[in-house]
Amino acid sequence: MAEPARAKPKPTPETQHFWDGTQAGELRLQRCDACANVYFPPRPFCPSCASRKVSVFKASGKGKLYSYVINHRPAAPGFTPPYAIAVVELDEGPRMMSNIIDCPQTPEALELDMKLEVAFEKLDDKITLPMFRPAKV
Amino acid sequence: MRRNQVAVVGAAETTELGVIPNMSQIQLHADAALNAIADAGLKLSDIDGIATAVETPQQIAHYLGITPTWVDGTSVGGCSFMLHVRHAAAAIEAGLCKTVLITHAESGKSMIGKLPRSIPADSLQGQFEAPFGVYGPPSMFPIPVLRYMKTYGITHEQIAMVAVVQREWAAMNPRATMKDPITVADVLNSRMIAYPFRLLQCCLVTDGGGALILTSADRAKDFPRKPVYILGTGESVETPMVSQMETFNSSRAFKVAGPTAFKEAGITHKDVDHLMIYDAFAHLPLYGLGDLGFMPHEETGKFIADGNTRPGGKLPLNTNGGGLSYMHSGMYGMYALQESVRQMRGIAPAQVKDAKISVCHGVGGMFAASGTIIFTNEK
Repeated sequence: MAEPARAKPKPTPETQHFWDGTQAGELRLQRCDACANVYFPPRPFCPSCASRKVSVFKASGKGKLYSYVINHRPAAPGFTPPYAIAVVELDEGPRMMSNIIDCPQTPEALELDMKLEVAFEKLDDKITLPMFRPAKV
Repeated sequence: MRRNQVAVVGAAETTELGVIPNMSQIQLHADAALNAIADAGLKLSDIDGIATAVETPQQIAHYLGITPTWVDGTSVGGCSFMLHVRHAAAAIEAGLCKTVLITHAESGKSMIGKLPRSIPADSLQGQFEAPFGVYGPPSMFPIPVLRYMKTYGITHEQIAMVAVVQREWAAMNPRATMKDPITVADVLNSRMIAYPFRLLQCCLVTDGGGALILTSADRAKDFPRKPVYILGTGESVETPMVSQMETFNSSRAFKVAGPTAFKEAGITHKDVDHLMIYDAFAHLPLYGLGDLGFMPHEETGKFIADGNTRPGGKLPLNTNGGGLSYMHSGMYGMYALQESVRQMRGIAPAQVKDAKISVCHGVGGMFAASGTIIFTNEK
């Protein structure tokens, strides 16, 4: 029997550009053409000023570790505990949940505010997840 | 809303709390409702308003045989019942109904007749949180706390003291699930669940329910129990995604609901004799003390560690033992309300002497929603 797989996102019309981006190796955010607000998660209007004139752009992929837990139990399907569930603050402002790869999953290694950079992990032919790893200096 | 126009005239929990393998979730609702109706000296046919969460009002109305003229199915997580109290008070004042029954029940442990909670893969949570390994509240609710600790200089030992102090209250309560004393070392050596939180910093998982009956203050004086008046109320929501909170240094929903209730009540923090802050996890009382304006967030950890909220302390907090030690069926807000009502009636197992004002603050989801009710026993 196959190992239980991790929960897989199913894109909607409003989020498809984000998932197309990760497949292309880009972290895509949206910016309001009217008020310049950068926001996440995706939606076709600005949650700050309600303008429908918004643009998708390629983010730097750089950020820092805002907060996290190291989950021991119960573990989600597809995960081997202990594993960190992190919230990354992107240089552009928005925050997003992710996992920290190429780093021990310990409080000593996971320092708040440590610099991170995006890395892409392919789940299947349709979905690639945005992960983060410690930034190379 | 005007102060003291509506009162709680019936309040009860399920006959048993803890592990109840012989009742389905809807029967737990009914058990609590029948106990509350008996407490108020009413008949089912006297109820003309009904509010509940998770279960729909039609499920509860049909099961109990009630024909309501007003219903509220607000379901925003564990503080839904605070919102029901607020909405019911407004509805009674507006003349939409006279006598409201609010019910909660959850077969949280035995899982009988309980719908599974699932996150659709095409929801925003399903796309932007679930793939990263969140799996139930213990993996989500503590996510903000490391940031909070760093910002305000809060220590692991201070947060452990939340569990220690609440166990002291639980020890005085025969109905509490966990009553044996614990130390900070016990908390910090208990099994790791989701760093930085360990088992004793996470709420219990139990079965149970509770129900409240509200009516106008004018009618309340004719009921068998001492009326407990609604002095002030507040509510708000923020986001179902913990990762998308405006900041991890406070809860926006708390900061709207709490101060709205204080303003409506026309009281200051010094007037508060008794306080309930929904404690699904040990950091919530700290967020609550700060966001409700009792003190700056920097001081919350020390305030609890110094013993100010323990039995005999100057601000009695979570006097039933809380979600950490009393019970937590999944949506604890109802039990916090029940304890506030008991304190205002003067019948709580760990009664705060001469308490006249009780603040009851709830959270829903992972800081997703909030409701605050301020009670008084003086009109």
